[in-house]
Amino acid sequence: MIDTKDILETINMIREENLDIRTVTVGISLFDCVSDDKARFLNNIYDKITRTAADLVPVCSEIEKTYGIPIINKRVAVTPLSLVGGKLDGDGYIEAAKTLDRAASALGINFIGGFGALVHKGSTRCEEALIKAIPYALAETETVCSSVNVATTKAGINMDAVAEMGDIIKQTAYLTRDRGSVGCAKLVVFANVPEDNPFMAGAFHGVGEPEAVINVGVSGPGAVGSAIRRAGDCSLSELAEVIKRTAFKITRVGQLVAHEASKRLGIPFGIVDLSLAPTPAIGDSVADILESMGLETCGAHGTTAALAMLNDAVKKGGVMASSHVGGLSGAFIPVSEDAGMISAAEKGVLSVEKLEAMTAVCSVGLDMIAVPGDTEASVICGVIADEISIGVANGKTTAVRLIPAYGKKEGDTVDFGGLLGRAPVMSLRPQSPAEFIARGGRIPAPIHSLKN
Amino acid sequence: MKKKAVISVTGRDNVGIIAKVSALCAELGANISDISQTVLQDYFAMIMIVEIDGLNVPFTEFVDRVRTLGRENSLEINAMHEDIFDSMHKI
Repeated sequence: MIDTKDILETINMIREENLDIRTVTVGISLFDCVSDDKARFLNNIYDKITRTAADLVPVCSEIEKTYGIPIINKRVAVTPLSLVGGKLDGDGYIEAAKTLDRAASALGINFIGGFGALVHKGSTRCEEALIKAIPYALAETETVCSSVNVATTKAGINMDAVAEMGDIIKQTAYLTRDRGSVGCAKLVVFANVPEDNPFMAGAFHGVGEPEAVINVGVSGPGAVGSAIRRAGDCSLSELAEVIKRTAFKITRVGQLVAHEASKRLGIPFGIVDLSLAPTPAIGDSVADILESMGLETCGAHGTTAALAMLNDAVKKGGVMASSHVGGLSGAFIPVSEDAGMISAAEKGVLSVEKLEAMTAVCSVGLDMIAVPGDTEASVICGVIADEISIGVANGKTTAVRLIPAYGKKEGDTVDFGGLLGRAPVMSLRPQSPAEFIARGGRIPAPIHSLKN
Repeated sequence: MKKKAVISVTGRDNVGIIAKVSALCAELGANISDISQTVLQDYFAMIMIVEIDGLNVPFTEFVDRVRTLGRENSLEINAMHEDIFDSMHKI
């Protein structure tokens, strides 16, 4: 028999603490869509995506209703297009992006990921064509997301790609200037990108993945925050236990939904991503968790330590709750998507430098940060290089999703609406790293033996 | 093992609500196996465990009907498959 207390706890977590499944993402391989004929290639990808994920939205609605748990996003991730585009030129890649957009719209999903390239050691002709097409592809589509992996711990950092991404981000901001430069919210630059991440904008279907796969991202900052507040005055050892227990419960729901979606769609289960993904809704904030741990404001000294402990406890609790974990797995700190982060940034307590330190101990990186529109491309490259170095040196994923909001300056706000939220424009140091960036070449892979 | 669901009713006023939920369960073929009630401050929470093997409608329709009954009575009524509770609270 199920305990009444447990029943009420579950209901309370869903209704009052915003517990939900953040995303059910179907990964789809496009390798068998390859063709030397552009029209045939575009037809192939449209058909394969709409056929494979045809039932994604209705099946998720059924699961939501059966278990009473909201599934916020239904999404598709495909093989990086630069791997299957063959002889497509820039215009061809833009058409391919529009084809992905049409497929997403036919399926009723809000984002489709995979308009990307893996260039950590160098670019092929296909990858160069795709990267140059990114600003136009993002400006001319609604749902397409793009990611570029510029570094790995094994290969080092491709600084030519870093240098190029600064210009690509600026150009994307310009081409979507009438919508708060929202194109940049759909573009991520990665180090050590995972191949099974269900979260946008960085999701794609990796080369080692099967034909199709279900990956699920959980959420639940509200539930963790409430549990910490309920725990009251206790030691950090006890608090770590509270977080682990809550993370276990949250992840179990993700595992259940992943299992059911896999069974009902006839697509194998891949991973559950153990994440604390905030939304702009009040009470669904990672910054609030850090503050309920005892910090006056997120961004205060002590924030990195609190976040490191939170992130570790979430993984420890989650890993036992799921048969396979993967993706990004950890706490997300996207500024515009987290009411507490927005507030801390507006107060001037949370700076880009503090966020950079925080990314050394949690998943992803400098995420959804609006910066002045007149920021030099080389400064953006400097931010990317710094953040990517943290990932490469520490053998972890890091990423940069900066929005140099066109026409905006420090102190302004950019409002994207919905899950992408609202970003206060934060300052960057204007001093130029241009000569360093312009050197190009590769930063060699770090040594991983002499660990001191 | 029979498949079960949990019907939860929360609200301020519970006059006659057990009768109404029971009548709906009978109509749709859900067999009530347990009822408990808790009072939380001004609110009451009733939990009903029902067997859903004998439902004469799909479970998703059962959920809709239960929710509609809640709206008609200004109460929050939901039905959820027991698996979500088992997943979260049992290892």
